[in-house]
Amino acid sequence: MTALVCTAAEAVDAVQHGDTVLVGGFGMAGMPVELIDALIAHGAGELTVVSNNAGNGHTGLAALLAAGRVRKVICSFPRQADSWVFDELYRAGKIELEVVPQGTLAERMRAAGAGIGAFYCPTGVGTPLAEGKETRVIDGRTYVLEFPIRGDVALIRAHTGDRMGNLVYRKTARNFGPVMAAAAALTIAEVRHIVEPGAIDPETVVTPGIYVDRLVAV
Amino acid sequence: MTLSKAEMARLVARDIPDGSYVNLGIGQPTTVAAYLAPEREIVLHTENGMLGMGPPPADPAEQDPDLINAGKQPVTELPGAAYFHHADSFAMMRGGHLDVCVLGAFQVSAHGDLANWHTGEPGAIPAVGGAMDLAIGAKQVFVMMTLFARDGTPKLVPACTYPLTGLACVSRVYTEHAVFHLGPDGVRVAETFGTTVEELRTRLAVPLDAL
Repeated sequence: MTALVCTAAEAVDAVQHGDTVLVGGFGMAGMPVELIDALIAHGAGELTVVSNNAGNGHTGLAALLAAGRVRKVICSFPRQADSWVFDELYRAGKIELEVVPQGTLAERMRAAGAGIGAFYCPTGVGTPLAEGKETRVIDGRTYVLEFPIRGDVALIRAHTGDRMGNLVYRKTARNFGPVMAAAAALTIAEVRHIVEPGAIDPETVVTPGIYVDRLVAV
Repeated sequence: MTLSKAEMARLVARDIPDGSYVNLGIGQPTTVAAYLAPEREIVLHTENGMLGMGPPPADPAEQDPDLINAGKQPVTELPGAAYFHHADSFAMMRGGHLDVCVLGAFQVSAHGDLANWHTGEPGAIPAVGGAMDLAIGAKQVFVMMTLFARDGTPKLVPACTYPLTGLACVSRVYTEHAVFHLGPDGVRVAETFGTTVEELRTRLAVPLDAL
């Protein structure tokens, strides 16, 4: 099935109150700012947001947080020089935080997209982030049991997409895009360019269109 | 004479084997890059998804918001660079493909336990990033830090009191006073700068062997 090419507002219309939303980007690189703005206008709240950071400055994810739409953030690195929106909400007790090691965050989403029920991971063993989690010794090494993170929706940004939904990214803005695209029930990609099928060399497709439901040119 | 920060960076760069795949942590470890001569063919990994990372662009006009390092600073790509997504990037660590990573630390224990992500202070917002994955993933973990905290307490300790990042993962500690090699049989002092092993023994609560 081809991806539905639509506006940002049409793309996010299915987001529900209380949904888990995977938001791509590392800092602002790869952040789907247009889709987030559309989500703010759409009005869904009580969201759980999964992203590497908890917003930078006043745009993108930070704007969604400032609008009071996010109940919980699952991320690896919330605290930054320009994460003042999150910091204030957190210190006021208005937002829940789950800190996950960066690689475990990526792998938990990868597992969701790949249909893996859970996995044993060496990261975090013996640290506060593994407290209360099941561990197992395999070949003499201790691992922590980690469960998938599945999204109701993924909002990602890529460079070029075709109407089949095939995506190509640009440089380090790729970051979480391919992992999140596979891990959500509804994946929406904003792209700089939409091209005809065949215009992207199949050898260079990074995210195959099977993972992408809606495509928005920005 | 104790070492300056630049001299510490030069020392770490000297000890990274030629041809290694290396991740340099945010902050002081990043400065090591300046001392890695291109002919040594050391490839830098940045965990946000790139091998073959080059220095920041000389001309600010060449900064590209899509091309940043783990500290979200603009960088460049070198010939032979490759981009990949986050799950692949961290598989490179967890899978044991990175030869060396260089990290900062609040504390390192004599057993190589590392504490570098959270002060544990009330009100501090916890943020771990890739520190735990790097600590357990790279074949060798080098730490760069001052040997003593601002209040004078040692940062090379019998057991960490700060929240841990990883267990028994640090192999070397570079400080302004000495370089320490850590292993199953304890801590060995490899080099000293403006001090002696005897003096270090009086200032640290950790048993020290001379190399």
